[in-house]
Amino acid sequence: MRIPCPHCGTRDLREFTYQGAALAQPEGDWSPDWDSYLHLRDNPAGETRDRWYHNPCGTWVVVTRDTVSHAVTGGIAAREAGA
Amino acid sequence: MAYSGWRIIREALTGNAGWAPVWRDPAPRDAYDIVIIGGGGHGLATAYYLAREHGLKNIAVVEKGYIGGGNVGRNTTIVRANYFLPGNSEFYSHSLKLWEGLETELNYNVMHSQRGLINLFHSDGQRDAFARRGNAMANQGDDAVLLDREGVRAHLPYLDFDNVRFPVYGGLLHPRGGTARHDAVAWGYARGADRRGVDLIQNCEVTGIDIEGGKVTGVQTSRGGIKASKVGIVVAGRSGQVAAMAGMRLPIESHVLQAFVTEGLKPCIDHVVSFGMGHFYISQSDKGGLVFGGDLDFYASYAARGNLPMKEHVMEAAMTLMPMIGKARVLRSWGGIMDMTPDGSPIIDKTPVEGLYIDCGWCYGGFKAVPGSGFAFAHLIAQDRPHDSAARLRMDRFAKGRGLMDEEGTGAQHNLH
Repeated sequence: MRIPCPHCGTRDLREFTYQGAALAQPEGDWSPDWDSYLHLRDNPAGETRDRWYHNPCGTWVVVTRDTVSHAVTGGIAAREAGA
Repeated sequence: MAYSGWRIIREALTGNAGWAPVWRDPAPRDAYDIVIIGGGGHGLATAYYLAREHGLKNIAVVEKGYIGGGNVGRNTTIVRANYFLPGNSEFYSHSLKLWEGLETELNYNVMHSQRGLINLFHSDGQRDAFARRGNAMANQGDDAVLLDREGVRAHLPYLDFDNVRFPVYGGLLHPRGGTARHDAVAWGYARGADRRGVDLIQNCEVTGIDIEGGKVTGVQTSRGGIKASKVGIVVAGRSGQVAAMAGMRLPIESHVLQAFVTEGLKPCIDHVVSFGMGHFYISQSDKGGLVFGGDLDFYASYAARGNLPMKEHVMEAAMTLMPMIGKARVLRSWGGIMDMTPDGSPIIDKTPVEGLYIDCGWCYGGFKAVPGSGFAFAHLIAQDRPHDSAARLRMDRFAKGRGLMDEEGTGAQHNLH
């Protein structure tokens, strides 16, 4: 896979560290929302949004890709994605 | 008809004309008492033990593909019981005992070969950790022998013992560990279940789970609706999708794990060798191919194939550990879909829906668990309470933070196992 970094362009998979599903962190103390955020997953077979860290430039990227075909269709900075 | 040496001789003398298909290919009936979703190793074993241990009839296994076409036919065939933590320890210990009686039980040659498994260590700290693991295994009643460097050399003379980064300090030998013929396990359980009246329904994809008033009433499939008062979900990498049909989100993310096999060679690797620091393990199949693998690719995937960087990593680890492997040629590689839980340990539990049960989260270790998982899941479905060996494999351990089984000690978080 090649992954688009908003700063550096499309780069090799090896430059990235995977963090997991791009979910919004809940507010406040422990609640079932935290369990949902930390543990439960939609785990889609198809389009998904997940977070990747671009090691050379330090940008968190929210990547849109297909988990069945491995096609990568988009990548924007996590700050702009709000996730 | 039972298999025996005499039968083989007789068939050989009569043109092998007497062999017949060993399970039926029934169309689904309108209703069963129990429907098992998923005709992989775990689903077939569950159906077998429901009939064998609990005397239940009127059971169907529905499989969207064909028997043996999923992960049970796409793994690296290792069978072991060398876990450390309570929960896993007693479960895999029980499963290995079932393996040891499996061929007699099923009257089927699953080629279970207890050739011994050696986990290597490369530092004083790792030696301490493996000594402790060995003691935990012995406490569970299983076998473990701590080998020093020369002890490992006696078994595995072909390793690079003086590698500068990972010199071999010793290993933990698990003599009862080994391998089995993966397809035969599926076929053996399928034949055993069929002979006890279980309907194995292939090419039948579940498209919906019927729930009325909080109770399961059946499933919808590509071959019509089937009524059932109890339904078991045991679908490995597809757990998320099937659970979603019942309105559940699971603590599971599906990842890809790659494996490789070389061309057939004369016997050279007599054990299962695990090189944890390099994320590498290897054994030699009875056909002669070196079967080896590494770690996950570490991103969510249903592609059933991986990317090149992990292939490179696995090949590098192989060359680091046993330079002789450079002479072998890789024949093929493949990727399996692993149902990864946050702590890397499995789930066999009830769901919030009455009559609906789930068996999932086998991560990259489902093959060795096939007998134990089938036995425990059958017990849960039949008796509505967990079997002792699987009492700790609870789904709510993540939400509650109690009873986590994090063998690697990295934290109960996705992507760390």
